[in-house]
Amino acid sequence: MSSSSLLPSSTPVLHLAVALDGAGWHPAAWREQVSRPRELFTARYWADLVQEAERGLLDFVTIEDGLGPQSSHFTEPDARTDQVRGRLDAVLIAARVAPLTRHIGLVPTVVATHTEPFHISKAIATLDYVSSGRAGLRVQVSARRNEAAHFGRRTFPALRIEDLDSPEVKELTGDLFDEAADHIEVVRRLWDSWEDDAEIRDVATGRFIDRDKLHYIDFEGRHFSVKGPSITPRPPQGQPVVSALAHKSVPFQLVARSTDIGFVTPHDADQARAVLDEIRTAQAAAGRADESVHVFGDLVVFLDDDPAAAAARRERLDGLAGYTYTSDARIFAGTPSQLADLLQELQQAGLTGFRLRPGVVGHDLPAITQGLVPELQRRGAFRSAYEADTLRGLLGLTRPANRYAATATV
Amino acid sequence: MPRKQIHLAAHFPGVNNTTVWSDPKAGSHVEFSSFAHFAQTAERAKFDFLFLAEGLRLREQGGEIYDLDVVGRPDTFTILSALAAVTEHLGLTGTINSTFNEPYEVARQFASLDHLSDGRAAWNVVTSWDAFTGENFRRGGFLPQDERYSRAKEFLTTASELFDSWHGDEIVADRESGTFLRDARAGAFVHQGQHFDIGGQFNVPRSPQGRPVIFQAGDSDEGREFAASSADAIFSRYSTLKEGQAFYTDVKGRLARHGRTHDQLLILPAATFVLGESDAEAAELAREVRRQQVSGATAIKHLEFVWNRDLSGYDPDGPLPDIDPDLGEHTIARGRAQVRMYRDPLATAREWRERAAANKWSIRDLVIETGNRQSFVGSPATVAETIDEFVQADAADGFILVPHITPGGLDVFADQVVPLLQERGVFRTEYEGSTLRDHLGLKEPSAVEAGTRRVAS
Repeated sequence: MSSSSLLPSSTPVLHLAVALDGAGWHPAAWREQVSRPRELFTARYWADLVQEAERGLLDFVTIEDGLGPQSSHFTEPDARTDQVRGRLDAVLIAARVAPLTRHIGLVPTVVATHTEPFHISKAIATLDYVSSGRAGLRVQVSARRNEAAHFGRRTFPALRIEDLDSPEVKELTGDLFDEAADHIEVVRRLWDSWEDDAEIRDVATGRFIDRDKLHYIDFEGRHFSVKGPSITPRPPQGQPVVSALAHKSVPFQLVARSTDIGFVTPHDADQARAVLDEIRTAQAAAGRADESVHVFGDLVVFLDDDPAAAAARRERLDGLAGYTYTSDARIFAGTPSQLADLLQELQQAGLTGFRLRPGVVGHDLPAITQGLVPELQRRGAFRSAYEADTLRGLLGLTRPANRYAATATV
Repeated sequence: MPRKQIHLAAHFPGVNNTTVWSDPKAGSHVEFSSFAHFAQTAERAKFDFLFLAEGLRLREQGGEIYDLDVVGRPDTFTILSALAAVTEHLGLTGTINSTFNEPYEVARQFASLDHLSDGRAAWNVVTSWDAFTGENFRRGGFLPQDERYSRAKEFLTTASELFDSWHGDEIVADRESGTFLRDARAGAFVHQGQHFDIGGQFNVPRSPQGRPVIFQAGDSDEGREFAASSADAIFSRYSTLKEGQAFYTDVKGRLARHGRTHDQLLILPAATFVLGESDAEAAELAREVRRQQVSGATAIKHLEFVWNRDLSGYDPDGPLPDIDPDLGEHTIARGRAQVRMYRDPLATAREWRERAAANKWSIRDLVIETGNRQSFVGSPATVAETIDEFVQADAADGFILVPHITPGGLDVFADQVVPLLQERGVFRTEYEGSTLRDHLGLKEPSAVEAGTRRVAS
């Protein structure tokens, strides 16, 4: 856990992120007057959102993505025309807003199942260069049959959400998460495949690099093998911040083995404690007990100054959608002050930060930055100025040593 | 007859020995500030676009990572998208390989870039030939020569089907009725072919240009035919007027067979330049630059491309090797397209020995003299005149300029040559449109017209 010199030393700082997706997480969010549904595919829209999040001093934004249209169904496409469909590539959005921001972390979603770790590694390393050390990524797997058909390389069985605990589905998800772990391992090795001082520009010998400081990663896995080294030099943070959303044991293992941040979805403090126990145990088993792994709670939020107004807004949106919106995460509707209470209670259970999913981004993002943040600041629970220039710095994570540099000197 | 308008683009100096990294003015080739400076210079000069090459594996020579040139570069899509934030008009062109990517992902990235840049994206479609590069990817190995273009062609066709799967009028976003999409099947596609058997729904709505502008590089017969059938512009490497005219005539002559017109494919050779106050001063400077580009060690390595054997024991200031090239499989240099230029190494070696002997050239002299010289050397007036002459004589429609200094090497061209081209009335003084298609005088692809017609009706 990190602390800031700007706050009383006894007060633990909580970290805050927002998850950006279209007009917001409620499927009818785009119909609100405050929403800009015709601008969802413009740079200006995304720049405005991330700049608002930065004005609120948030640690980072995540940007949702997927390799197929959004759907109200868990595992297959729907045929709805009344919800936002279509997304721009999250890494490109993050890169597009990087030069327009200075402090906030940028964490695009990447689907490990269908992408090349070599490409992802250099893309996120480059995001780290264009943002001067503010890059992260959120790794996701996809078992959707329609998305696999967009690539034509593999097929998945038909899944129903009720079957999640069947042996067949468990085997499939285990396999996909193992592949995601391999993906992250390759990405991380490639980030380290150049030592920080590999570029020497030695005019006397005519050598641009010291090739002894570049390393083959020689990764051999079930789904791919990658030789390396990267074509992109080690990024400013050394290792950009890796994160994943996790709901069950298999993804908890991924968080424990491979990530710097896990996003989890407890609905109360007891669940939060149980999830944390499981992750910390797995973390120790993975030999990472002494490494910082943040566990952030995810919450969908509808914020208004009057709690009844928030509840009424949520109900009105449900009415527009034609059904009651549910989520994997707890849905909170209330005042910024009530949310601050809840966050501090969950923080007591051991969560180190929160990723808030605005129900309506045009309404709830400013409510977070201009309502919740000042409330947390009044309580001494959140920063009053950015205290670091890199995402690792904001999260209290040190810049990791290069794994190859250590062995190379032996 | 009106004078042809020249198209100009700038290639960020990369990993070849034309880049003089040892110059005190040379900056970072990775930091974003270098790319921003370079792009903003190109935009200040009203260039059509910026161009980024790509590499997917570090080069090796003699079993070791090659260390004499600039090594390493950032990711193309990420840099171009970030550059869209610091420029307003400049086209953003990226080389993206069709061998180690999948159409759905690449189409998403280019469509996203086109949205995020308000219509400035372009794709230089290339293929990869070697298993060496494949070792970094799931796909692994490589494709035989004849399948490379068939995959590239099908890749481009498939990507175009994805770009065209949205017509441009699907998003209604009507709050009152609650209709976001006019049609639930927006983006639906099916492609069944030799290389790709995919189907579903593309999830990026039609972008401002409809599709990115398509560029192609490659000089083989298949490459020329591919460009004539499918590309908006082709990069070439011909630096003399005569060679340029022959290439121009040949490639433009192929267009009619594909139902295309003369103005639908631009010929844009890569070109380097050295400017001086006078022609004599520029010539002297150009000689110095060549000495910096070709060190003794670089000359030996270059000779190894032909000899296909270790020549590290030879003195770069001495005579050429008297042994013959190894004609076996090329193993000395990997990850480098250049080695394929020498189709008859014995003949090349013989010719080089004769020329070196006749001129009393050392190995280094030979490489300097036979290697790629700067395309345009002279005073700004001379260079402006020469460029104009090439374009008016149909040796090119314009040039992609590659300075030898990162990132400031373009500044002098922008400040001194561009104004002269503008005075001659052959280069824009202001951008006339906002998209790259506008700059290049290219029509929008047909699906946009179809979409527009449907909206209008």
